[in-house]
Amino acid sequence: MGGWGVVVGVLSGAVRGGTPFLLVSLGECLTEKSGKINLGLEGVLLMGAMSAYACAYKTGSPWVGVVAAALAGAILGAIHALLISRPRVNDIAAGIAMLIFGSGCAFYFGKPFIQPSAPQLPGIPLGGWSDVPQIQAALKISPLFIFGVAMAFVLQWFFRGTRWGMQVRAVGDSPAAARALGISVPRTRFFAIVLGSALGGIGGAHLSLFYPGAWTEAISSGQGLMAVALVIFARWNPVHCLWASLLFGGAQAVGPSLQAVGISTGYYLWNASPYVLTLLVMLFTCSTKRTLAGAPGALGASS
Amino acid sequence: MSSTPEAKVAVATPAAAAGRPPLPWRPALEGVVIPVGAVLVALALFGLFCFVQGRNAFAVFAAINKAAFGSWYAFQNTLVRAAPLMLTALATALPARLGLVVIGNEGALVMGGLAATVAGLAVQTAPLLVVLGVMLAAGMIGGGLWLAIVGALYYQRGVNETIASLLLNYIAIALLNHLVNGPLRDPSSLNKPSSFPIPDEKMLPVIGSSNVHYGLFFGIAACLLAWVLMEHTTFGFKVRMIGGNIRAARLAGLPVALLGIITCFLAGAAAGAAGMVEVAAVHGRANESLAAGYGYAGILVAFVARHRGLPIILVATLLGGILASGGILQREFKLPDATILVFQGLVFLVILFSDSLYGKFGFFKEERR
Repeated sequence: MGGWGVVVGVLSGAVRGGTPFLLVSLGECLTEKSGKINLGLEGVLLMGAMSAYACAYKTGSPWVGVVAAALAGAILGAIHALLISRPRVNDIAAGIAMLIFGSGCAFYFGKPFIQPSAPQLPGIPLGGWSDVPQIQAALKISPLFIFGVAMAFVLQWFFRGTRWGMQVRAVGDSPAAARALGISVPRTRFFAIVLGSALGGIGGAHLSLFYPGAWTEAISSGQGLMAVALVIFARWNPVHCLWASLLFGGAQAVGPSLQAVGISTGYYLWNASPYVLTLLVMLFTCSTKRTLAGAPGALGASS
Repeated sequence: MSSTPEAKVAVATPAAAAGRPPLPWRPALEGVVIPVGAVLVALALFGLFCFVQGRNAFAVFAAINKAAFGSWYAFQNTLVRAAPLMLTALATALPARLGLVVIGNEGALVMGGLAATVAGLAVQTAPLLVVLGVMLAAGMIGGGLWLAIVGALYYQRGVNETIASLLLNYIAIALLNHLVNGPLRDPSSLNKPSSFPIPDEKMLPVIGSSNVHYGLFFGIAACLLAWVLMEHTTFGFKVRMIGGNIRAARLAGLPVALLGIITCFLAGAAAGAAGMVEVAAVHGRANESLAAGYGYAGILVAFVARHRGLPIILVATLLGGILASGGILQREFKLPDATILVFQGLVFLVILFSDSLYGKFGFFKEERR
């Protein structure tokens, strides 16, 4: 395979490794559109992965696991939303608290599920046209990836073409104006954060039920935290979140793919490439004179 | 104005005019009662959690207390864990006074540890104090420059400081992995790739006959210095002014960017010193154990202590005790080690919630209306 092996490895890594990025970043995008940041999605991701695995193991159905992951995410999201609706509670600090609490709960309740193996989500084979096993394996797509892609376009339509989407954007851009229109700011934010966290939980289900496909405490490599950067990278646009997730997933796969063909120089540095990329993009596009194009106006404000 | 002092007081406080003495201690009391009350509520919630999990909550509390503060031996263990927490907490607490939420503690700790290791290995044949001095300086500069990047990005380019510092954490850990697996690797470290070790006789010694190393001294000194710097110097006043109203600070002619970057440098230097302490007193070499979560726990300490130097010493000691009791919960109660994480999360959540209660109770007002 040689050079092509690297390309196939990176592409399949983009889809497999990009799926949690995609779902978590869509959740974060929805949250941030309402004007608040949720750094706790890392905890949501872990809790989602754990609940999905545990429920799939107990019931024998991976789909029950996916639903459980969404529920677990929604519960953590509700705690976050209620906490930051209080005056003087910083959303970033609350996110870090939720990160600690969520990962603590995931590790605590997940302890008995590290050993047993749960039923996995079935892959959708799109590589039947090829005889090369690597390509067939690479094109075995997670159903949650399809769900994520659909959600990206649904959210795009939701923000641009629906009344509720307009309300979420209004709350995120100018809470005062939204209040004047008779929109309840706390309620809108509550729903945005809860639904966003549910999406993040489903992202966790992909981790434990498809790829890597087991529950361990090291299952997430910071995708939940990265989602915040990814949304900035994607300029708060759900469809751009899709491309950015594929890019981040692919970048993470470069190191292992190169190692598979015997090139191991810079293995660990490649792991950092998404972070460096995001930092560079922010460095070149941010300015002290104006806010980022597409950024919700109330983001980072204390109201 | 030719009014008497009494008249001034009367104008300032209607309560005094009405014949009741003003109650200046009540607002101060609020700052003690609310955090202490929050910790008690968090303890109660954790007790409930233990009860639901079928453990005797009081026995668990007793075990935590015994493992953390029960004996001089246990307390030494607590202090060893508290030392890096004091230092990493400052990495969040100092920029918080500027109004910035910096969470790059872990990255600055790792960069400080790396810089200290490289510098220490370079001068390892020098006398002990020279080695330690060079390591401390390198660690502080390494960590300081790392977070100065965050300050520079924020003030020069408007890059969000929280996201930038978070990204730098991951970049620092990747650099650490790259260096200890490549250029710095000691070929004899097989299972856990590590740098070459600092010679044992050049490590940071323990204080007197205790098990506590001098890192605790660094931690307490740094917190005291930060307290004096922020509360009692013009530098600290300027920093707090920027945090209070950045536009007013600019109009007053303060060099906002410079002050901000210096504060971020000091913040990183504190976390870098924590990295140096971890290398020079605990691990003896740089490896992945550096990124053991002291950075993220430091964020918790800073927020609970409301970003003030003196309370950080106390809160870091308490959290050090909680961290030290992880083992006993596992052995005596068969509770997984993540229990401590759940506990930390609960404390943090309740403390944040309690922030919204300031000013809600009439009792804490200086005067009643």
